[in-house]
Amino acid sequence: MHNPNHAIEYDYTVAKWFSYLAILYGIVGMGVGVLIAFQLAFPELNYIFGEYSLFSRLRPVHTNTVAFGFTLSGIFATWYYVGQRVLKVSMAESKFLMTVGKLHFWLYFIGSLLAVASLLVRYTTSKEYAQFEWPFDIVVVLIWVLWGISIFGLIGIRREKTLYISMWYYIATFLGVAMLYLFNNMEVPTYFVAGMGDFFHSVSMYAGTNDALVQWWYGHNAVAFVFTVPIIAMIYYYLPKESGQPVYSYKLSLLSFWGLMFVYLWAGGHHLIYSTVPDWMQTMGSVFSVILILPSWGSALNMLLTMKGEWGQLKENPLIKFMVLASTFYMLSTLEGPIQSIKSVNALAHFTDWIPGHVHDGTLGWVGFMIIAAIMHMAPRFYKREIYSKKLLEMQFWLQTTGIVLYFSSMWIAGITQGMMWRAVDQYGNLAYSFIDTVTVLHPYYTLRGIGGLFYFIGLFMWAYNFYKTMTASKELKEEPTFASPMAA
Amino acid sequence: MYFGLIVFLTFVLYGYIFHLYRSEKRGERDYEKYGKIALDDELTSKPIEPIEEETKKESK
Repeated sequence: MHNPNHAIEYDYTVAKWFSYLAILYGIVGMGVGVLIAFQLAFPELNYIFGEYSLFSRLRPVHTNTVAFGFTLSGIFATWYYVGQRVLKVSMAESKFLMTVGKLHFWLYFIGSLLAVASLLVRYTTSKEYAQFEWPFDIVVVLIWVLWGISIFGLIGIRREKTLYISMWYYIATFLGVAMLYLFNNMEVPTYFVAGMGDFFHSVSMYAGTNDALVQWWYGHNAVAFVFTVPIIAMIYYYLPKESGQPVYSYKLSLLSFWGLMFVYLWAGGHHLIYSTVPDWMQTMGSVFSVILILPSWGSALNMLLTMKGEWGQLKENPLIKFMVLASTFYMLSTLEGPIQSIKSVNALAHFTDWIPGHVHDGTLGWVGFMIIAAIMHMAPRFYKREIYSKKLLEMQFWLQTTGIVLYFSSMWIAGITQGMMWRAVDQYGNLAYSFIDTVTVLHPYYTLRGIGGLFYFIGLFMWAYNFYKTMTASKELKEEPTFASPMAA
Repeated sequence: MYFGLIVFLTFVLYGYIFHLYRSEKRGERDYEKYGKIALDDELTSKPIEPIEEETKKESK
């Protein structure tokens, strides 16, 4: 007696709301990113908004807004879309889950705005990617619990017995982040212990090297469970759906899933090579990082092979372009990361610009492109209208791809130059260069990086415009498209 | 100890691959059909493995 009521349709309300937020936070977060990139090239830009535009204050605003604003909104938007479709159940069938979904959105929206504002007024734990102070951590936990209810609630009323591979990845995101966030944010609110000082202030429950270890176990796995796992969940749904091709090997997707889950959690130690953590732990971090290539490439190759015999679509469909390039960038950054984590390479690469270069070919190329493609795939289904402009989407693709290439190539050159100059010695063993020498040499590359970021940022406006016009002015469709998203030339 | 661990993990990895292929060969499961869940995902589509059938089987 499947689907007793044909009048029921998938309910995209919450998916739409999170999509709007992804676009908004993408523009805000990457706008700040472009500003701070140019600040590194032109330091006077630090003062354009007085103390509020100092690099040190805006950098966490950038990272938190793109990671926990843009990316999480994209993850939630796609979850509220993909979840219903692969479980073959509509949110409209459960008032409870609909309410939870809406509550999830509003708590997330208000909570994230306040959290970003708190960073602007300098409330921070100073732990990278975990800067939010304890009251916001509590809000984050509530948001996460609501998402969990939504995931498992929808699973509870599903019609499709088997959980599609994307579901596994969404569940892993939920469990992984829950565990990481709780352990890394164990902190003592000092006001309640000392009866004085700032209400918002807290200190970590861990000290010294232990704190660093927990922090980078968290930090690296935040990359795993926010930038990798849920994005794989997306590509496993959207690429097959948009291309009309089933995933190349479902068995490989399962094997890669368990491989990724097992290996990723041990790799965080590579952030602490040549530090005070035990040597065996650093080695373990390196070794597991190298092994991580296998499950990562397993997923990425599975996606590329899904397009086997259908490569013509790459030429015709800009959304396929975005997704194929996303998985290619995923392969690039999951090869680059392990190379950087080899001890001898790390000795050169650590603390240089090669690191943000690596992070950005992953985030801009893999995460950003996948979220952009997913939201544009959903747009015609949301509004029963074709995508407003294929041409604009194509232009966005090429502009942003150029931006990413400028970004990572300039940072590769800058990083390796920087590392080589720091370690260069003359015949007597004296350092050959002072710090300012490196700054002078790096200036053109910093400028190039800013320009690359600006290209990507302009692309976001093209995306927002295309999405808005699709929503309001595009040609109406009689029925929901099955595979390739229809788009006007 | 490291050698033992490597052997054990290699065994687990290949064991899982062996399990996947053996389940298919014995006809216990057809993993590849699950790929269609993403393609045929309308609310009106017939589920690849409906949850009701399973419940019915169990109650028999």
